[in-house]
Amino acid sequence: MQRIGVFVCWCGSNIAGTVDVQAVSDALAHEPGVVHSANYQYMCSQAGQNLIKEAIEEHKLTGIVVCSCSPRMHEATFRKTAAAAGLNPYMVEIANIREQCSWVHKDMATGTEKAIILGKAAVAKVNLNAPLTPGESPVTKRALVIGGGIAGIQTALDIADAGFPVDIVETKPTIGGKMAQLDKTFPTLDCAACILTPKMVDVAQNENIRIFSYSEVTDIKGFVGNFDVTIKKRARYVKEDICTGCGLCTEKCPMKNVPNEFNLGMDNRRAIYIPFAQAVPKVATIDPEHCNMLKNGKCGVCAKVCAAGAIDYKQQDEYISEKYGAIVAATGFNPISMDKFDEYAYSQSKDVITSLEFERLTNAAGPSSGHLVCPSDGRHPHTIVFVQCVGSRCASCSEKGKEYCSKICCMYTAKHAMLTRDKYPDTEVYVFYIDVRTPGKNFDEFYRRAAEEYGVKYIKGMVGKVSPENGKLHVQASDLLADKQLHIEADLVVLAAAIEPDKSARPLATMLTASMDTNDFFTEAHPKLRPVESPTAGVFLSGACQGPKDIPETVSQAGAAAAKVIGLLAKDKLTGNPCVANSNELMCNGCSSCERVCPYGAITYVDKEFRMPDRTTKVRRVASVNEAVCQGCGACTVACPSGAMDLKGFATKQIIAEVDAICK
Amino acid sequence: MKVSYFPGCTLRTKAKDLDKYARDSALALGVTMEEPDNWQCCGGVFTTSRDEIATKLSSVRALMDAKSKDQILVTVCSACHNVIKQTNHAMQTDEEFASRVNNYIAPENYNGEARVMHYLELLRDEIGFDKVKEKVVNSLSGKKIAAYYGCLLLRPNSVMKMDDPENPSIIEDLITALGGEAVVYPQRNECCGGYIALENPEAAKTRSNTVTASAANAGAEMIVTACPLCKYNLEKNGSEIPVVYFTELLAEALGVK
Repeated sequence: MQRIGVFVCWCGSNIAGTVDVQAVSDALAHEPGVVHSANYQYMCSQAGQNLIKEAIEEHKLTGIVVCSCSPRMHEATFRKTAAAAGLNPYMVEIANIREQCSWVHKDMATGTEKAIILGKAAVAKVNLNAPLTPGESPVTKRALVIGGGIAGIQTALDIADAGFPVDIVETKPTIGGKMAQLDKTFPTLDCAACILTPKMVDVAQNENIRIFSYSEVTDIKGFVGNFDVTIKKRARYVKEDICTGCGLCTEKCPMKNVPNEFNLGMDNRRAIYIPFAQAVPKVATIDPEHCNMLKNGKCGVCAKVCAAGAIDYKQQDEYISEKYGAIVAATGFNPISMDKFDEYAYSQSKDVITSLEFERLTNAAGPSSGHLVCPSDGRHPHTIVFVQCVGSRCASCSEKGKEYCSKICCMYTAKHAMLTRDKYPDTEVYVFYIDVRTPGKNFDEFYRRAAEEYGVKYIKGMVGKVSPENGKLHVQASDLLADKQLHIEADLVVLAAAIEPDKSARPLATMLTASMDTNDFFTEAHPKLRPVESPTAGVFLSGACQGPKDIPETVSQAGAAAAKVIGLLAKDKLTGNPCVANSNELMCNGCSSCERVCPYGAITYVDKEFRMPDRTTKVRRVASVNEAVCQGCGACTVACPSGAMDLKGFATKQIIAEVDAICK
Repeated sequence: MKVSYFPGCTLRTKAKDLDKYARDSALALGVTMEEPDNWQCCGGVFTTSRDEIATKLSSVRALMDAKSKDQILVTVCSACHNVIKQTNHAMQTDEEFASRVNNYIAPENYNGEARVMHYLELLRDEIGFDKVKEKVVNSLSGKKIAAYYGCLLLRPNSVMKMDDPENPSIIEDLITALGGEAVVYPQRNECCGGYIALENPEAAKTRSNTVTASAANAGAEMIVTACPLCKYNLEKNGSEIPVVYFTELLAEALGVK
């Protein structure tokens, strides 16, 4: 028989405001096995924890029930308290009478009744609890960073600086990400390439960092400290270790009309290409969709001109298996497609562009060598209209836009508008906005300078329609403050497209069993207190894959993620979760149902000898659980038809006892 | 092929051409259009007040009739199409509205099972523009024709699900199938001012003139529309080019005018 102590927490007025805590502790005092029942204002405080410790010693408790907040909040706290008093930490049960009771009920009588029922269920469970001892597993001291933008670069550099090896996997032929495409950066207007490319070089030269460019992660198995990852290195048809990056092949290739994705299709590249001058690694890549040699065996010019002999048309995709202790998702973002926003005539006129296209148009290495021109005919634009929130904060049009604020657009639009007025004072620049949101160090000052010193015309209101007419763009908009309709003949319209997570994030989340929100941003373990960790152990989040972020914020988060990874890799052993599946071999009939449903590959089958009642021996095939791999999800216990599979700490009979206690 | 056909009151009075040519063309394309017995006015506008069900009951009755015959309910007037499609959508998705309507029409019961189509959708999705093209006897070749959608035909997009309201192509594709040259102009999906014609005739006139000027400026010789109110308004405010119903053009091309 257990000797159970019950501790009811008031949580200030959070619980005590709707639950009669005295009545709860009185009622639970008479439950089977309960020898002590108390309540206290803040059970999680030092004094509250001491109360529990003293009671364990004084009443020789073998199990405790804490009626308090969600176990996600303080289960770990109370387990530590119990362990400090010499009790096995898995003899602690939490009855959640805050989130699942006091916060959702208004009436004291019903709240109290429900709290008592929840407490009874927890007592019934503790009566059947058994002490559990967690196993230990080693930590592979190598980290994987998925995504080579500024987020991934910063995370990798910080981890490498602490002395741990890191691999970066990047789908593009070069690292650098979106930041490499930007011209200037707000609010200090330093050039993006000038501050990014030295970091890219640092990555290339750091002996702790390996870059897998033009590669993707295809499979992830294992668990925190022990991930087994398969990386697909796509064939680039160029030997990376031999190519010198001289670029001669990219000048001689006869396929001249391949849209250049780095300049967002505003100019062309060759079928063999280096995305930009400062690419890392600076090696050429052949685009198999456009290469004549790869498509029909005719050409071979690049191989002829390559002095190093780096071209290899027969190169195959390569699969690399590697072990990692921690994985960082840094998959970044993309602007949304403007296909569904034809009121702005994006598909109808070349002079309607997105803000990222504007970045390339004003970049010295861009398609117009940094001269701001209308893409349709190369003329200098005299009137430019910037439209903010295109697809952002779009609650009423969720089928085409996003409900959230994309966060970076107000500032980059202010930057674009200011730089345009600075370089071309003869241009008229309008910015249409719903709100201008500029929280951030020196951000609002920056926006005010654009509006007040540079004479950018900020107009509160949205653009209703852009019509290409007579070679110009007729912009119809509302000025909400003046209550007027405006008609502007513009040369260039720039759309601040909403941003969304990269499409690779969703399949990656599935491989990692990491959770995502409805917008496909990775979910953090706690929105305030654990913002760079995924709820899945060993998985960390860096940059815009977790939510829209500007560069300063991305770099901060990237460093924070690195610190968490370093903290993990610095450990030699990890304590596992003892609440894992366990198969009763006498009942197992070897049907494989559990093996099929296990998402972690933790179950294997072994042949075992059993002694039968007639004293013969028989070899039977039975399930065996790898406790280090099992995450305790319980899928197998549901799938098992013979009831052989059970979860330690959540055994079927414990759950039934809880249900019985509730229904009694 | 037989379909249920809801003409609407305007097609019996001001817009007889729209109706007649729609029927004749359908016959030429092998489609018989049957009117529900005793159909009533659609109400003209899909009111957004949620407690208003009386004006939507005639739409529900037409829909129920189509459901009982297992036929697609086809409309040709932009306004009728809008009201009936929105009513059907409300019957499918708005539980409270549907239960109030069903209380009213008990013992019968309807939950949006019928399919509603605009005549243009019938041509595109059921008959096929390629089939229409095969049946053309008088090609409209050489004619520069501007499609005018107005505000009502395609909106709200989430319910009409007919074409992209900001960059549509369904009427242009029909014009091309009939051998004509479709003229695309910026104002083709903007309002003609029809709903404010009584309250603010000047504003309505400005709107109409902007539309017709935009079409003429783009080189159009005529404007086609599916909406009687648009046609009335564009003409009344002095369109410089003729405004005709798309069904008239269709009948002409199919040789049944």
